[in-house]
Amino acid sequence: MIKKLLKCVREYKKDSIIVPVLMAVEAIMEIVIPFLMTFIVGELQAVAEDTTGTREVDLNVIIVSAVLMIACAVIALIAGSVGAKLAAKASCGFAHNLREDMYNNLQTFSFANIDNYSTASLITRITTDVTNVQNAYQMAIRMLVRAPILFIASIIMTLIIEPIMALIFGCAALVLGIVVAFCMVKVVPYFRTMFRKYDSLNAVLQENLTSIRVVKSYVREGEEITKMKKATGDVYTYSVKAERILTIMMPSVMLVMFIVNIIILTMGSNMYVGNIAGGIQPSELQTLIQYSAQILSGVMMVAMCLNFIALSRGSAERIVQVLDERTTLPKAKEQISEVKDGSIDFDDVDFCYSQKADVAVLKDINIHIKSGETIGIIGATGSGKSSLVSLIPRLYDPSKGMVKVGGVDVRKYNLDALRNTVAMVLQKNVLFSGTIAENLRWGDETATDEQIREAAVQACADEFIQNLPGKYDYDLGQGGVNVSGGQKQRLCIARALLKHPKVIIFDDSTSAVDTKTDAIIRDNLRKYAPETTKIIIAQRITSVQDADRIIVLDEGKINGIGTHEELLNNNEIYKEVYQSQIKGGEE
Amino acid sequence: MSAINKTKDYGGDLIKTKRGAKTPMKTLGRLLRYAFLRNKIATVFVIVFVCLASVANVTAASRVSVIITELIANQQNANMSVVYNNIIFMGVIYAVGAISSFAYNIIMMYIAQGTLKKMRDDMFATMQTLPLQYFDTHTHGDLMSLYTNDVDTMRQLLTQTIPQLISSILTLIAVLSFMIMYSVTLLLVVCVVLAGIVIATKIIGGRSAKYYLTNQKALGALNGYVEEMTEGQKVIKVFCHEQKAREGFKEVNDQLNEAGSKANAYAFLMGPVNNNLGYLQYVLVALVGVLIMVFSGETGLISIYCSIQNAEQANRLALMAGMLVSFLMYTRQFNMPVQQVSQQFSAIIMALAGAERIFEMIDTVPEDKGGEITLTRGENGEGPWTWKKPNGDGTFEYIPVRGDIRFNDVCFGYTPEKMILKHISLYAKPAQKIAFVGSTGAGKTTITNLINRFYDIQSGTITYDGINIRDIKKSDLRRSLGVVLQDTHLFTGTVMDNIRYGRLDATDEECVQAAKLANADSFITHLPEGYQTMIRGDGANLSQGQRQLLAIARCMVTECPVLILDEATSSIDTRTEKLIEQGMDKLMEGRTVFVIAHRLSTVRNSHAIMVLEHGEIIERGNHEQLIAQKGKYYQLYTGAFELE
Repeated sequence: MIKKLLKCVREYKKDSIIVPVLMAVEAIMEIVIPFLMTFIVGELQAVAEDTTGTREVDLNVIIVSAVLMIACAVIALIAGSVGAKLAAKASCGFAHNLREDMYNNLQTFSFANIDNYSTASLITRITTDVTNVQNAYQMAIRMLVRAPILFIASIIMTLIIEPIMALIFGCAALVLGIVVAFCMVKVVPYFRTMFRKYDSLNAVLQENLTSIRVVKSYVREGEEITKMKKATGDVYTYSVKAERILTIMMPSVMLVMFIVNIIILTMGSNMYVGNIAGGIQPSELQTLIQYSAQILSGVMMVAMCLNFIALSRGSAERIVQVLDERTTLPKAKEQISEVKDGSIDFDDVDFCYSQKADVAVLKDINIHIKSGETIGIIGATGSGKSSLVSLIPRLYDPSKGMVKVGGVDVRKYNLDALRNTVAMVLQKNVLFSGTIAENLRWGDETATDEQIREAAVQACADEFIQNLPGKYDYDLGQGGVNVSGGQKQRLCIARALLKHPKVIIFDDSTSAVDTKTDAIIRDNLRKYAPETTKIIIAQRITSVQDADRIIVLDEGKINGIGTHEELLNNNEIYKEVYQSQIKGGEE
Repeated sequence: MSAINKTKDYGGDLIKTKRGAKTPMKTLGRLLRYAFLRNKIATVFVIVFVCLASVANVTAASRVSVIITELIANQQNANMSVVYNNIIFMGVIYAVGAISSFAYNIIMMYIAQGTLKKMRDDMFATMQTLPLQYFDTHTHGDLMSLYTNDVDTMRQLLTQTIPQLISSILTLIAVLSFMIMYSVTLLLVVCVVLAGIVIATKIIGGRSAKYYLTNQKALGALNGYVEEMTEGQKVIKVFCHEQKAREGFKEVNDQLNEAGSKANAYAFLMGPVNNNLGYLQYVLVALVGVLIMVFSGETGLISIYCSIQNAEQANRLALMAGMLVSFLMYTRQFNMPVQQVSQQFSAIIMALAGAERIFEMIDTVPEDKGGEITLTRGENGEGPWTWKKPNGDGTFEYIPVRGDIRFNDVCFGYTPEKMILKHISLYAKPAQKIAFVGSTGAGKTTITNLINRFYDIQSGTITYDGINIRDIKKSDLRRSLGVVLQDTHLFTGTVMDNIRYGRLDATDEECVQAAKLANADSFITHLPEGYQTMIRGDGANLSQGQRQLLAIARCMVTECPVLILDEATSSIDTRTEKLIEQGMDKLMEGRTVFVIAHRLSTVRNSHAIMVLEHGEIIERGNHEQLIAQKGKYYQLYTGAFELE
C-alpha cells in the first residue's frame, strides 16, 4: 500500500531525498554546538578553579570556539531553512500528485464505479485523507532521519566523554522506547474509534443542516439536540480515553530524564573526586545533562512520527482504494470508432447492478429499433426504464445477452466514439457553474454561436434565454441554480442536441416542461433530426403517444410493445396509466 | 472553455469567512472565560501545578550549577555530602515537577475536551433555535467547518498552547529574575537578541498564518470543485468531458499546492531560525562576558554579587568566570520557553480566528419563541386539541382547535426591497382543501412558509382559529401543522424511527398502519431488514419516490388538524399515486389541507384553487369555475402554460 502511495512522489523524489540529508546536517550541527560550548565553559571553569588568580582567560580558545559555533549555527540555519522549504515543497507536491492521480482515475470510473462512492466520501478522500497522509509524509522526511541521527550522534559524543554514561543513556532510551511503544499500541485503537465517532457527529450535523425544515416543522429541536449531545459525548469519551494515555507519556519521559540526570550527577561527581574509576570534568557533566534531553527527545520524536503514520493508515487505505479502482467496463480490443447508424438491438438482455444482488433489474429484453424510429417507454417507478436505456451508451454492461448499436456490440466500440454518437439527457441532470453558452458547448466544443442558438431554438430554450440578462452569457450559478426546473431541462436537451447524435435518449427529461412546449420539442426533433433514433422515457402519456412504438415496462420485463392505439386496446397497464392521467389532467 | 473558466470563483464564499480574528484580545479573553470559568477549582489546580512544575524545572537546573560549582571550587576534595544533599534535593524537586506536570496535563486535557464538547453542544443548540433565514444565507460547508476545523484548532490551543504558554512565561520570569541578579549588562545582550527573535517570530509566524488562510481558501475551492463536478460525474461521462474535468481540477489543485507549500515552508522555518538565533545569543553573551573579564575587569558588569562581596582581588577573575558559566547556563534555559512560545505563534492566530467565528455563531440572535398561547389536549393526552390562552390573571381560556386559517392582506418579502407576496387574502375553513398553482417563483411555497412562521410577514395578519399566529407559541403552532415538503429528507435510523419522527409516542402498529396507507409497506417489507432497515445518508439507498412515500407515512402518524403538502407526490408515478390516493384521502379526511402541486390531477378536487402569479392571487375558485373562466388556470390545465 505504502509503495503505491509513494509512486505519486514522482518529481518530488529528489527533494524528498535531500530533505532528510539537510535535516541530518542540521541535527549534527545541533550536537556539535553544545560540544563547542563545553570548550568555552571548560575554559571559564579552568579560570574559576584557579583560586590564585594567576590563570588568565585563553582568548584563543574562546574566540575559536565562538567562531566555530557561529559557523555551525549558520550551517544549521541554512540547512534548516532550505530543508524547511524543500520539505514543504515535497510534502505539498506529494499531496498534489495524490489528489491529481485520484481525480484522474475518478474520471475513468464507469457508472457502476461511481455508484460505489458518495460525493461526500470522495470529497473526504481527496481533501482530509490526503492532508493526513501529507502530514505523515512530511513528518517522515523531516523527523525520521533527523531524530535517530540526533540520538546516535549524542550517544557517540557521550561515548567520547565517558563510555559508561553512554550505556546509561542507551538503557534509558530502551526503557523509554518500551513505554512509548506500549502507549502507542494502546492509544491507536482508541483513536480509530474516536474517528468513527467523529464521522457519526458529522452525519448528525449534515443531516440537520439539510433537513432543518423537517426538524422545525415537526418541532424536534430537542430530540436533535439530544442526538447531538450523544454524538459529542461519544467523541468526548474516546478522545479522553486516547489522550489520557498520551498525557501519561509526557511526564514519564520527563521522569526517565530526571532519573538519568540524577544518576549522571551522582556517578559523575564521584568519578571527578575519584571514588569511581573514570575521568570526567564538571563542564562535561553539564554537556551530558544537555545530551540527555536531546537523546530522549529524539526517542519521543520517532515515537510521535510513528504515531502519526499509524493514524494516517486509514486515510492511506481509503486513498489507495480510489487509486486502485478499475473501471468495470473492460476496454474493447477492436476499438471501433465509427457507428454506422442509429439502429439499436437488445438480444436476450438481463441486467443487475451488482453481481451480489441477484435481483435482476431487467429480464429477457428483446427489442429491435430501426434507425430514425421514435420509441416511447412507459412504466412505474422502479420498472427499469432508466436501466434499460443506460445500456445503450454502455453506461453499464448487461449481465447476460448483448446490446447492439448500428448492428455492432457496444462493447466493441471505442467508448468516446459510442457516447458521442448516443446522446443521453439524464433524469438527474446537472448544469455547471458558468454561462449558458459554456454549458451548451459541452455538447460540441467547437460549436459556433449560430449553432448554439440553433440547438437552443430546437429545444425551445432560445425564447427564455433571450429574456435573461446577458442572454447566452448569463451565469447559471453552481448546479444551475439560477434557472427553473423546466428551463434547466430544456438547456440539457439543447446541450445534447449539439452533439448531433445518431441516437438521442430522453430519460424523463421533459417532466417539468409544459405539455405544449414538450410537443414542440418533439416536433422539432422530427423535423430537424429525422435520421436520429429518438428514445423517450416519460411519465406523461402525451409525451409518448405519438411515438412510432411504445414499450411498456413492468418489473424489469417488457409488458407490451405497440402504438398508442394498439396498447390502449391490448395493454392493461398502459390503459390504467392513460385513464389515471386523462381523468386528472387532460380533457 | 466550459466550466473550468469559473474555477476561480469557487472560493468566493470562503474569502469572507476565512480571515483572521478582528478583535483577537477580546476573543482570547472570552475564550479563556468560556473554558475556565466553568471549571474554577480545576483551573486553580492547573495554575498551581503549572507553577510548581515550572519552578521545579528552574530550581532543579540551579541545583546542577550548585553541584558543579562545588565540584569546581573544591576539586578532588569536594565535600560529597554537599553534593549528595543537593542531588537528593534535586530528586525531590524532580519528583514534584513530574507529578505536577502530569497533574496539570491531565486536568487540562479534561477541561479542554469538556470545553470542545460544550462548544459543539452550544453551537448546535443555538443552531436549532436560529431562524431559517440563517440556513438560507450560510453554506453548509461553512457551518460544518465551524464544528470540525475551527473546533479542532481550539483543541490544540487549549491542550497544548495555553499550558505551555503559562509555563513558558513562568519559566521566563524565573530565569529572568536569576539573570537580573547576576548581570544587567549581559541581560541587555540577551534582550537584544530576544528582540530579534520576537521580530523573526512575528514576521515568519504572521506570514505562515496568512498563507494558511490562503491555503484554507484554496482547499475550499478544491472542495467546491470536486463537489460540483462529482455531483455531475455522470453527465461528464455521457458527454465524454473527462479531459476537461481533469484540466479544471489541475488548476485548483495547483493553486492549493502553491498556497500549501508557502504556508508550510514558513511554519517549518520558525524552528531553525529561532533555534540558531538562540545559539547566536549564547555566543554573544560568552564573548561579551569574556571581553569584560579581560579588558574591563569591572566585576559588577558580570555579577552584582561580585561587586557586593567585592572579594579578594586575587579571586576576582575566578569568581567572574564562575558567574559567567552560570549566566551562560541561564541563557540556554532562557531560550527553551522562547522557542516554545514562538512555535505556537501561528497556532494562536489560527485558533483565535476560529474562536471568533464560533462565538459569532453562538451569539447569533435566535428565532423568537412566539406568543403565549399553547396547544393542549385534554387531561391525559386524549381527546380533542385545544388552544390554551392565558388571561393574564392566572386563569385560562380554552379555544377548540378546528383548523380555520385566514390570511388578511398579507405582504411578504425575503428582503424588504423585493416583495414576494402582495396583499394576499384567503381563508381555509376547517376540513377544506385549498390548492395553490402557479409557475416557479410565483410564491406558492412561500405561503406555506408563512403559516408555520418559518418567516414572518411584513404586514397583514394570519389567524388560526381566530387567533393571530404571532400570539401562539411557535413550537405549538408547528406541532399543529403536518408538513410534507418538496425535498424529502430522512434521518439516520431505522425506517420505523423515521416514520415515528412524526409522533414520538406512536406504537409500531400505528407506524406500520401509516406506511400501509401511504402504500410504502410493500417496498419496506422488501428491504433487507424490513422496518428495521437502517437509513443512512438521507436515504441514499432509496429512490426519490420511495422517500416521498416514507415522508407521507411520517406525516400520517401525526394527528395535526392542518396539513401542508408541498409537491408531496411529485416523484411518484401516476400509477402509484393512484394507489395511494385512498391513503391520501384518509390522511386529508377531516383536516384542513394546503396543497401545492404541479400535477393538476392532484389539485383538481380541492374546495378552492388559488392561481398565483408574481405574488398575487390572479384567479380563485373551484376546478369547474376556473375552467369556465378560461383564464390562466384553463391555460395551465390544457398545457399551454409552463408550470413548475
